Amino acid sequence: MSSQPLSQNQEYFELNLGPQHPATHGVLRVKLLMDGEYIVDAEPVLGYIHRMHELMGENRSWAQYLPNMGRLDYLSALSYNLGYVELVEKMAGIEVPERAEYIRVITTEMNRISSHLLWFGAFVLDLGGFTPLLYAFDDREQILDLLESVTGSRLTYCYYLFGGCYNDVEDDFLSGCLAFIKRMRTRLPMYHNLVTKNVILRQRLEGVGPVSAEMCRKYGATGPVLRGSGIHYDLRKNEPYSIYPELDFDVPVYPEGDSMARFMVRMDEMEQSMRIIEQAIAKIPEGPVMAEKVPKMIKPAAGDYYHAVEAARGTFAIRAVSDGKNQAYRMKLRSPTFSNLSLFQEASRGMLLADGLAFMGSLDLVIPEIDR
Amino acid sequence: MNKENVIQELQALAAEGMAEQREEASAAPVAEPAGEEEAKPKKALPPEPRRNGVLEVEYAVRGVHLDVQIKGDQVVRAAQILDEAGMTLEAITGVDWMKDQELEVVYDYSYTGGPCFRVVVRARIPRHEPTIPTVSEVFAGANWHERETFDFFGIHFEGHPQLEYLLLPEDCDFHPLLKDFKGC
Amino acid sequence: MDLGINVFEVFIYLVGFIAFAAANAAYLVWVERKGAAHIQRRTGPKEVGPYGLLQPLADGAKLMSKQFIIPEGVDRPLFLLAPIMTMVPAIMIFVTIPFSETILARDFNIGLLMILAFASVNVLALLMGGWASRNKYAVISAARVVSQNIAYEIPMLIIAITIVLITGSMNLTEIVAGQAGGILHWNLLPTNGNFLGPITFIIFFICSMAETNRAPFDLGEAESELIAGFHTEYSSMGFGLFFMGEYANIVIAAALTTILFLGGWYSPLPETIPYAGASSVAWFLVKMYLLIWMVVLIRWTYPRVTLWSLLNLSWKILIPFSLFNLLASAGLVKFLG
Repeated sequence: MSSQPLSQNQEYFELNLGPQHPATHGVLRVKLLMDGEYIVDAEPVLGYIHRMHELMGENRSWAQYLPNMGRLDYLSALSYNLGYVELVEKMAGIEVPERAEYIRVITTEMNRISSHLLWFGAFVLDLGGFTPLLYAFDDREQILDLLESVTGSRLTYCYYLFGGCYNDVEDDFLSGCLAFIKRMRTRLPMYHNLVTKNVILRQRLEGVGPVSAEMCRKYGATGPVLRGSGIHYDLRKNEPYSIYPELDFDVPVYPEGDSMARFMVRMDEMEQSMRIIEQAIAKIPEGPVMAEKVPKMIKPAAGDYYHAVEAARGTFAIRAVSDGKNQAYRMKLRSPTFSNLSLFQEASRGMLLADGLAFMGSLDLVIPEIDR
Repeated sequence: MNKENVIQELQALAAEGMAEQREEASAAPVAEPAGEEEAKPKKALPPEPRRNGVLEVEYAVRGVHLDVQIKGDQVVRAAQILDEAGMTLEAITGVDWMKDQELEVVYDYSYTGGPCFRVVVRARIPRHEPTIPTVSEVFAGANWHERETFDFFGIHFEGHPQLEYLLLPEDCDFHPLLKDFKGC
Repeated sequence: MDLGINVFEVFIYLVGFIAFAAANAAYLVWVERKGAAHIQRRTGPKEVGPYGLLQPLADGAKLMSKQFIIPEGVDRPLFLLAPIMTMVPAIMIFVTIPFSETILARDFNIGLLMILAFASVNVLALLMGGWASRNKYAVISAARVVSQNIAYEIPMLIIAITIVLITGSMNLTEIVAGQAGGILHWNLLPTNGNFLGPITFIIFFICSMAETNRAPFDLGEAESELIAGFHTEYSSMGFGLFFMGEYANIVIAAALTTILFLGGWYSPLPETIPYAGASSVAWFLVKMYLLIWMVVLIRWTYPRVTLWSLLNLSWKILIPFSLFNLLASAGLVKFLG
């Protein structure tokens, strides 16, 4: 949708929310056509961090591609790890021992909480409240320390292998997770009291950026964006994978479709993730963490395969086309934020600039995931 | 969403395509190449559906419930069928089958309003003339996906409002995921 | 002879006030950084000097040693004039503010009017800075600042008029003198004739925060939206002057609030009590710095308001309240004789 005819209008001026900007969370450029404070047209320009992961998938063996998964959405890297590893296990028919499944779910959910905490701090920072960022980072630091003791990395994890995990977790880690959850349960009510119930924040978010369920469907938006518009769709419940069918948790859904609904969805998801972790820690069995016979060269049957998981931002899916070799013939990565951001152009027409930025923050963008 | 309805409509669509293709094949002057083309699907890799057909595949292995292959100019009709059924478009991508000298455009649909149902729709187009109609009128989200497929494969989507480079730089003149791309 | 002593006195006061304003601007930065840090669970400056007390000097030296970049195509006279116009009126206002019965540069009969007049020049300076910068972000910010400042000046003026009505004079020394005798005589409470009492104090406080562009009313320099707003293109001492001017304005706003509502240099206890009841400049400074501390606290607690709610708050809530207060206070003053 070219803005050519609009920009001829002398009343409008072009403003470049450039690749370097405090509020765009990464290198995103948005070409804004403004009428005073109102956005007439917003066109996101992508590609500033495009590294061509899909071509890398064709040049590396299945196992060599594992570290790439952590570099896509570095904030919830373990979900991406999980999606890829489950895809290859599906293709090659590898069975994963139960303890490894439990460890995967515990670490993925801890990662989801840390991703949501960072989103929370950065979002309120965009709105002008400087302090919650540091409180959220304090909590997040504890998660990062726990996960570092198990995986060895703080951010771009590469912890799962085909057939399990490469490290077993010790009791320190599990008791550390429980201690963290206990502390977090006192912190979340504080965040709700100070931030969610703050009248200025409510004014900034309520009614801003309404996205209908139909619009989400047309654009393929998933995750908290879809759940904030009233659709009850979470891959962990609709298309269960790993051991999620055995765990009891709710999926928060808010029908209003504005930024406040998306905010509340993510805050409630943190609580639900804590429930999942507690149940998983209570049920985790003893046993091996790697499958017995994992072939060194994985040569799946020719054809194409698809696997989708629920990352922190929505449906992350991989379509892999194999021709029987040890490398993929085609590796397509479907990133959730790519589809979520594509509705920004239509949804932001006529918004105030400040509201447009609040809307972008509520979509929870991570640009390396869009650009791949 | 009526699954049976959707399957029937897609089968009807694919059958139309097959009938058209047979007509085209018989209208072609040289019999030998036409026969070779018809024979190609038999030489193709076993899991691939026969040309223009609907296959119900095993979800636990493939990750989709329905695998549909149709002609290039039928993709809009297929998108409309799935849109009316309430499905959402998750991704559009391409695959370069250099050996067959064809490019395959793959559409992934899923159902968010109830029990899980995934459909993959494919269309093969010739490599030397890669054009296919756009589905961005039916699904607005296809706009960016098609731009990305154009970036990587050079597939031209007819009727697309803004077919420019999305992820690659604007002054780029190559398409990286084609199999004969040697790097730069 | 007389003229000589007068000139000498004026000169001393001038140097004193510039030193006071500069020292405040510098050390309020320290207070803000330390305050923000402890609110945010971190330490703040602690390396440079004990407890980071020499940090402002280091910052000042850094700012002065940077190059003052003038981008090509800016409106040179306006660009250079804007920071000066922020700082100079702020220092000039100090001439009229009485810190105690004896510490006073000039006792103007229309002291309050002079303060409010000079404070309005600040808006012009910010508009000039934003316009001259040849940067779209700066222009948007300047437009926001002008509409915000105009909106919030009005309730401030109406409440100042109410206080003048109660006291009967615009002379700041007399306004404070009318509040002698302990906390019950302060303009904060309705005893003197201020009908809405504490509510007007709160309204005046909010308006003073909005006038000085402090969060949550800092749309003009909204860091996460407009990079740095009207002072995006300023570096080195240009930015330094804007910065110092903002803190000098905060000090003036706090001083004015203290004089108008909190009894200036009078102690909250009646004068009959020895030591604690005595009036002195120390009480003035204590009250002023308490108000400044509240401003700092509020900045780091709340997010930013939207433009619409900002203007709605002023035009639809603060102005009607302050007008009502004016009429009701007039009636109350008449009733009290």
